[in-house]
Amino acid sequence: MSTLHLRYFARLRERFGRDAEPLGIPAVPYTVADVIALLVARGGIWADELGGPRVFRVAVDQEMAQLDTPVHDGAEVAIFPPVTGG
Amino acid sequence: MQREPSIRIVVQAEDFDPGQEEALLHDGDLHIGGSAAFVGRVRADGDDLLALTLEHYPGMTEKSLQALAEQAAERWQLSGVTVIHRIGRLLPGERIVLVLTASAHRQAALTACEFLIDALKTDAPFWKCEERTRGKHWVEAKAGDNNARQRWANHE
Repeated sequence: MSTLHLRYFARLRERFGRDAEPLGIPAVPYTVADVIALLVARGGIWADELGGPRVFRVAVDQEMAQLDTPVHDGAEVAIFPPVTGG
Repeated sequence: MQREPSIRIVVQAEDFDPGQEEALLHDGDLHIGGSAAFVGRVRADGDDLLALTLEHYPGMTEKSLQALAEQAAERWQLSGVTVIHRIGRLLPGERIVLVLTASAHRQAALTACEFLIDALKTDAPFWKCEERTRGKHWVEAKAGDNNARQRWANHE
């Protein structure tokens, strides 16, 4: 078993009612897509926000990531809406 | 002898002074021919905008701004870059962001400044929450911002 450090920001932080949580994943090659699938399987708001047409972004270890980006034991995986700074 | 580009990245709640920042960026470097500045302010969008609250991703924000500044400094051979972005609750009219670029010649400074503000809007992890008389809501990303960003990628 490996552990990821999930973080949520802005609208998704409010929707999920938390800004961070640990997530246990099997100790096998794992990608961002696998993490999202695990969260979508929780159903409810998780499936609504991450399993449908709504757009979100993912960063792994504070670098923008894609669905096929690998995640490793101890990685910081952040999920957030498209950014709106400036 | 030309110096290494100086890069200053700041994320803070407090206001900043563009004039003071320009003097700091110049820092007596006689190879600098000029600086270009973009100062963003909170626009009174509609009659009912009370405030904007800026959230960010501490750590990743600074890293992404640093990476963009380094990219711009190299691409346009800048003498220096300053990026200051405010966070927290800001009122209409308040300054929100400063992009400052210094170079030997004006064109490089002006172009790099425009690149940086376009790139910052799509690449740096900031989010705006609008507070209106009817309630609060998170600002959605605009397609126009992505188009502005894409324009620079096409030239790479």
